[in-house]
Amino acid sequence: MGQTIIEKILSSHSGQEAYANDIVVARVDFVMGQDGTSPLAIRAFQEMEGTRVFDPERVAFVIDHSAPSPNEGVSALHQLMRQFAREKGIHLYDIGEGVCHQVVPESGRVGPGTLVIGADSHTCTYGALNAFSTGVGSTDLAGALISGQMWFKVPETFKFVCHGTLPRGVYAKDLILYLIGDVTADGATYMAAEYTGEAIANLSMDGRFTMANMAIEMGAKAGIMEADEKTFAWLAQFTRRQFISVSSDPDARYAQIKEYDVSNLEPQVARPHRVDNVCPVAEVAGTPIQQAVIGTCTNGRLEDLRIAAQILAGRRIHRDVRLIVAPASKRIYLQAMQEGVIQTLVESGAAIVTPGCGPCVGTHNGVPSDGENVISTANRNFKGRMGNSKAFIYLASPATVAASALTGRITDPREFLC
Amino acid sequence: MLLQGKAHKFGDDVNTDYIISGKYKFKTLDMRELAKHVMEDLDPDFYQKINAGDFIVAGRNFGCGSSREQAPLAIKYAGISAVLAKSFARIFFRNAINTGLPVVECDTDRIEPEDELVVDLSTGVITNKTKGLTIAAKPLPPVMIKILNDGGLVAHFRKYGGFKFD
Repeated sequence: MGQTIIEKILSSHSGQEAYANDIVVARVDFVMGQDGTSPLAIRAFQEMEGTRVFDPERVAFVIDHSAPSPNEGVSALHQLMRQFAREKGIHLYDIGEGVCHQVVPESGRVGPGTLVIGADSHTCTYGALNAFSTGVGSTDLAGALISGQMWFKVPETFKFVCHGTLPRGVYAKDLILYLIGDVTADGATYMAAEYTGEAIANLSMDGRFTMANMAIEMGAKAGIMEADEKTFAWLAQFTRRQFISVSSDPDARYAQIKEYDVSNLEPQVARPHRVDNVCPVAEVAGTPIQQAVIGTCTNGRLEDLRIAAQILAGRRIHRDVRLIVAPASKRIYLQAMQEGVIQTLVESGAAIVTPGCGPCVGTHNGVPSDGENVISTANRNFKGRMGNSKAFIYLASPATVAASALTGRITDPREFLC
Repeated sequence: MLLQGKAHKFGDDVNTDYIISGKYKFKTLDMRELAKHVMEDLDPDFYQKINAGDFIVAGRNFGCGSSREQAPLAIKYAGISAVLAKSFARIFFRNAINTGLPVVECDTDRIEPEDELVVDLSTGVITNKTKGLTIAAKPLPPVMIKILNDGGLVAHFRKYGGFKFD
């Protein structure tokens, strides 16, 4: 019987022919923890009487969620991570290196056919590299640190076939917001989302990371796609490791298949306080905003910063708007600097913050005030997400956020793309 | 194991930011402190309303969003004995089992706020004493029953040094 990508990866890592709904114990190729989840995992590791990490080369800790530390409580937890990493020989990406879901792919350790777990729900991002990667909690992370394994229920696969070419001013972020709005926040719960079709093939790698990143917002365990020459070219920047791509068999079984034509898609916005509360930008255009955010593990990559700079070049942001930009990694920050993108952003009025999660998770770097509207390229707009439950968060593409920062109101970016 | 208490009702898609906000969870590993802020953005006085043993009863997709294990832990340390929902998000579901917070998938439409419930974890039968009816829970996968019976994943690892399901 034919297998999906996920079934094949879980088969090769568990030593048994695995199909949807089977329970397997599988070997993991790479394990990641960040500063919101690693401290509890360290405690669980100690309680489990762990002594050594299964393979320090296959583990990374990343300090990105509250980096640099905004208070002494966080500082103590960061110190705990640094000490554990030193003792166990684990590589720790400290403040300023970037957001975990950018620095892990840049490590060159994750690629086609690999199995990755991370104690962060957006670990599904590496599905863009044809890896099966999924988010777990701290205790599962501790178990994997000790054993190099984890148990999985093999997920069914929900296939999204995207035909056509995205129109000008419409990006991967608009497409994934549209899909989430269509299937809703639990439309793919317990399943793997598999994205395919020419619209996906036409996306850049940066765009593919955006698509994979938000699979969790429809409840999915993974957001995966096939590898192609773009995937291998991207990986070649970081590693000489050879990976073998994994594709679904023609007779693989899917829980559901949905087809879309993206040719007439418009820029999309997710309205407060739900990621699946999605509409075309026209429906909310004109809504005043006080803060705009470009960055995060969803849209802090070079292409995102370039698009923003293209719209902001030679212009000033609206006087009632604060624009915060967080590059996804130090490498991206440097490249954006060399290209003049950072200069353009700063000249337009942007405040650049440390590469990492930025203000997305409400711990630092721009907590909105009561009653304020924020437009952000992040992946979540839950009430209180950015640290104030009386603020309102709209999610959109970097282009829509940049255009909105210029006018002070939610704006269709196509007005600025001539 | 019999659990007994009152129902506190919530809707669909209760995410982990609502269960415990990011502005608190990064600061401390003291779960008793975090527990005071449980569900704060949905109901600022929720912690005060809990009597030990009470239940959170919700709709679909409970625990969606981030992977923070502080979410099931804050619920547990607040004195909630189990969460009953129509469905759970997968990371929360795993985290709850791993940390020993019972999660029960069942039809929650037949439970109203303040109803007195008895939950039998061994049979999966929920008795709504206020309404005089019983509800059957969806059984857990055997792997999860094994982990729960061992007392969570930490206890499972202490016992076996790794995963052991045979």
